[in-house]
Amino acid sequence: MPLAFVCRLAAGLLAAALCAGASDSWLLHVPDSYRRKVNPYAGQPDAIAAGGRLFSDHCAQCHQPDALGKGKRPSLRTSYVQSAKDGELFWLLRNGILAHGMPSWSMLPEPSRWQIIAYVKSLGPSDGSARQGENSR
Amino acid sequence: MEEPGNLEISNKNTAASPKFGNPFGSATVEFEFGTTAWWTTEFYLSGQTTGNDSTVFNGFRVENRFRPLLHEHWINPVLYVEYENLNEADRSILEVTGHDGVQDYIVPNRIQRPEIERALETKLILSSNVRGWNISENFIAEKDLNESDPAEFGYAIGISRPLALAASPRACTFCRENFAAGVEIYGGLGDTNGFGWRATSQYVGPIIAFSVPRGPTIAFSPNVGLNDNSLGVLYRFSVTYEVQQIFGHLHR
Repeated sequence: MPLAFVCRLAAGLLAAALCAGASDSWLLHVPDSYRRKVNPYAGQPDAIAAGGRLFSDHCAQCHQPDALGKGKRPSLRTSYVQSAKDGELFWLLRNGILAHGMPSWSMLPEPSRWQIIAYVKSLGPSDGSARQGENSR
Repeated sequence: MEEPGNLEISNKNTAASPKFGNPFGSATVEFEFGTTAWWTTEFYLSGQTTGNDSTVFNGFRVENRFRPLLHEHWINPVLYVEYENLNEADRSILEVTGHDGVQDYIVPNRIQRPEIERALETKLILSSNVRGWNISENFIAEKDLNESDPAEFGYAIGISRPLALAASPRACTFCRENFAAGVEIYGGLGDTNGFGWRATSQYVGPIIAFSVPRGPTIAFSPNVGLNDNSLGVLYRFSVTYEVQQIFGHLHR
């Protein structure tokens, strides 16, 4: 009886998790309060350098050292990402997109997350970004 | 939770010297794999050596943890389910449940080793990240699958913070952001026959962690027993190394 209950509970949670993560466009989920947030480190050379180190430690494993992505791991240099507001990217780093493999980075302190965003934005869009942008949505 | 595709290998060591028993040291090797962004699976192997006694292999644990809520909240729950197959000589003390206490660690290995405990352990892990502080509360329930023993309960609460919240622009080994410090308190909460603090062991202690850039994370925590049922001082030391995108390495 307890084992059957545990199995049903696990199956229910799994189904709920998969349904909750079914949405493709993460930008639609960003609250206005996050869109209005301003990156305190935007454009600062030291913060960009620090963000580059953090990116190398935590992000490059999936998004590649040049942030162009590979396979199912999306490029961060698409117009879609590069034109997103800093606050929107901050929301993405905090929440992740768990159903699609992007983990939450809420354990990283907020200043470190802003530094990563400053670095990613400093890279700018790359050639062919429109097509990659469509794929990453 | 482990990032998907990453394998974290950890060596967790525990050492103590019970007042009326022999000093012991325990080593647990933990393999933690990020199956998905919301599911982490782990496998543990444990052994121990006791002074004036012997060195024995204790057994294994298999564990899965799930994050049921896909967005970040003030409090983020993680559900943890573990199967343990360990003999009674286990000294890893990864957590304390029921009425675990110093009396369990003074029995000779030859008596405890043949006694195998197969148990199901569940945890509700609640964690929060606030202004650089990580706060974690674990509520533990464990049931021995062999016997009609009552279910046992325990808890662990920890808080820690990096010494610097922003990273340095230049690579450095001993930068403040590579260090974290905190406090943890944990202990038993009795069992279904007697829930509460009576005849349980309780520990509290600081924890200091150092992350070597592109290398392992080393953590040390001396824990002080808070009552007569606890070990006087319990030393915990761990070395953790993360292999990023393990299958990518294998395919190269």
